[in-house]
Amino acid sequence: MPPSFSSILGTRGWAVFLGIGVFLIIGVPILNLLPQDWPIHLPGYLVPLLGKYACYAILALSLDLVWGYAGILSLGHGVFFALGGYCMGMYLMRQIGTRGVYGNPLLPDFMVFLNWKELPWYWYGFDHFAFAAIMALVVPGLLALVFGWLAFRSRVTGVYFSIITQALTYALMLAFFRNDMGFGGNNGMTDFKTILGFEVQAPSTRLGLYAASVIALGASFLLCRFVVVSRFGRVLLAIRDGESRVRFLGYSVTSAKLLAFTLSAGLAGLAGALYVPQIGIINPSEFSPANSIDVAIWVAVGGRGTLWGAMLGAALVSWLKTFFTGAAPEFWLFILGGLFILVTLAMPTGLAGLAHRLRWLRSRPSPAAAE
Amino acid sequence: MIAAGLVQASAPDVAEVRSDAPSNPSVADSILYLDGVTVTFDGFRALNNLSLVVGRGELRTIIGPNGAGKTTMMDVITGKTKPDSGEVLFGSDIDLTQLDETAIANLGIGRKFQKPTVFEKLTASENLELAIKGKRSVWRTLFTALRSDQRDRITEVLDLIGLAARRKEVAGSLSHGQKQWLEIGMLLIQDQQILLLDEPVAGMTDRETRQTTDLILGLAGSRTLVVVEHDMEFVRNLGARVTVLHEGAAIAEGSVDHVQNHPRVIEVYLGR
Repeated sequence: MPPSFSSILGTRGWAVFLGIGVFLIIGVPILNLLPQDWPIHLPGYLVPLLGKYACYAILALSLDLVWGYAGILSLGHGVFFALGGYCMGMYLMRQIGTRGVYGNPLLPDFMVFLNWKELPWYWYGFDHFAFAAIMALVVPGLLALVFGWLAFRSRVTGVYFSIITQALTYALMLAFFRNDMGFGGNNGMTDFKTILGFEVQAPSTRLGLYAASVIALGASFLLCRFVVVSRFGRVLLAIRDGESRVRFLGYSVTSAKLLAFTLSAGLAGLAGALYVPQIGIINPSEFSPANSIDVAIWVAVGGRGTLWGAMLGAALVSWLKTFFTGAAPEFWLFILGGLFILVTLAMPTGLAGLAHRLRWLRSRPSPAAAE
Repeated sequence: MIAAGLVQASAPDVAEVRSDAPSNPSVADSILYLDGVTVTFDGFRALNNLSLVVGRGELRTIIGPNGAGKTTMMDVITGKTKPDSGEVLFGSDIDLTQLDETAIANLGIGRKFQKPTVFEKLTASENLELAIKGKRSVWRTLFTALRSDQRDRITEVLDLIGLAARRKEVAGSLSHGQKQWLEIGMLLIQDQQILLLDEPVAGMTDRETRQTTDLILGLAGSRTLVVVEHDMEFVRNLGARVTVLHEGAAIAEGSVDHVQNHPRVIEVYLGR
């Protein structure tokens, strides 16, 4: 008997989940479609911004699954996000077709510019949306499977694992910078025209992409809940708290970590694939090691091992970034660093832990009443 | 404390020492067979040509001063440490040195650590659920839920280890003795053939120690138990065959009285 609806979320949990979901999917577009002079009108530029936050929230969920539950601190989740993004970028490039500067029906502009005569084999199939969408999950998942197998089998854990994931993202960044990789070099891919026949820049397409991101976020959250409430979720927690003990219970720690890591990479890929059409560009800077560290900060701020904390942290820190890089760009990194130090020292369980403690304090009878 | 216990003349109230403790079993009817096992850490010989044969269904106690190699011996049997040389067999033909911890656990060898290692963030019953006998495939753990007979079994074990009232509490909130019991419960529900118990009564009250003694004596016969212990009173009450380890080798074996009067054992304990 698999876990049921009621085990994934309690009654109140479902109510909150559906409430927020309905607001984000129906409420936000309505607010956006209201006449512009209404005070509650949601400006058009905010829609892709919210869509971007939803993608970040999926990415944060994926990291929380491995870090918060299995204790695997990956500082390379940006890799899986970027690979998912590149898969979608390749589809969008193929859609440009003859509308490019060089008007080549087969080759993207940067290939024509490099004097390439034919499409590299690894670009085949990316003119089909479904293929690109599947690849956006499979390519990151496959990389995670191979990389994870090598690392977990050799029992690379803790800070050593974190460091090699940083090295992975750095290495891929350098590789993608190269023109002869066939992914557009340091310019990456941009100037997208259409997705599934819709203009990517059109407000209605942006609303659609935003809604798709929110739906994907909701589905990812439920999938992660399903995982963490299952017995597998308890195995992950057990690995986090006593890896060697789990082996003596007869579970394969390597397989459990691999499954969690691969699943997590697939989710990160999904986030990247939804992100790129909304942002309109994918380039090697997405592989920058700092990006992956940002994700860890989101999860730490929101609260590890809670899922909702990770989503909240991603949205909150990203919003702060949007705000401060506009208001005081030179201070943003100091603020981010300060925030990280504050969270690590003062509230190691993040905002979710703080909320938990507040609830606990309130439910506790006051000392006066106890006497 | 141990030295005092060892040289002390037998107190009149101790349980009768089994005089019929089996003599050294041969490979054929042994369940655990260690021969010439040597483990070296940076030049330090933790195990030095250790040989030990445990019969099927036997209860064996292992004593020895600190650093004698008791925990290393358990590490070797459970696959945590690979010996430099020597043979480690399960049954008569399974070479344990070729297997990893997971495979050895699935063969039916369970272990309780010296420091109680339960999963502190999980509840007592979740700890037992993880340990419950069954297929360990990771994919399966995503989709299985407890069957009603497994639920009953968890309740049964919780009753046995005296934690029925605290089943929903996280293991981290249990007392030291209760954690020890929970860990023993995890071995029971795992239904292992061999239970390796590293200091099972450390930190227990006298009453808890007595209950543990009864529990272990109740299991002897149906399972093979290897108990490492410092508490001589407890070892005496188990009344089983004793192996004395010193500097990584077995220096004496026999009944409690036999090893207590063994000149080499007296020398080792009093000589330091």
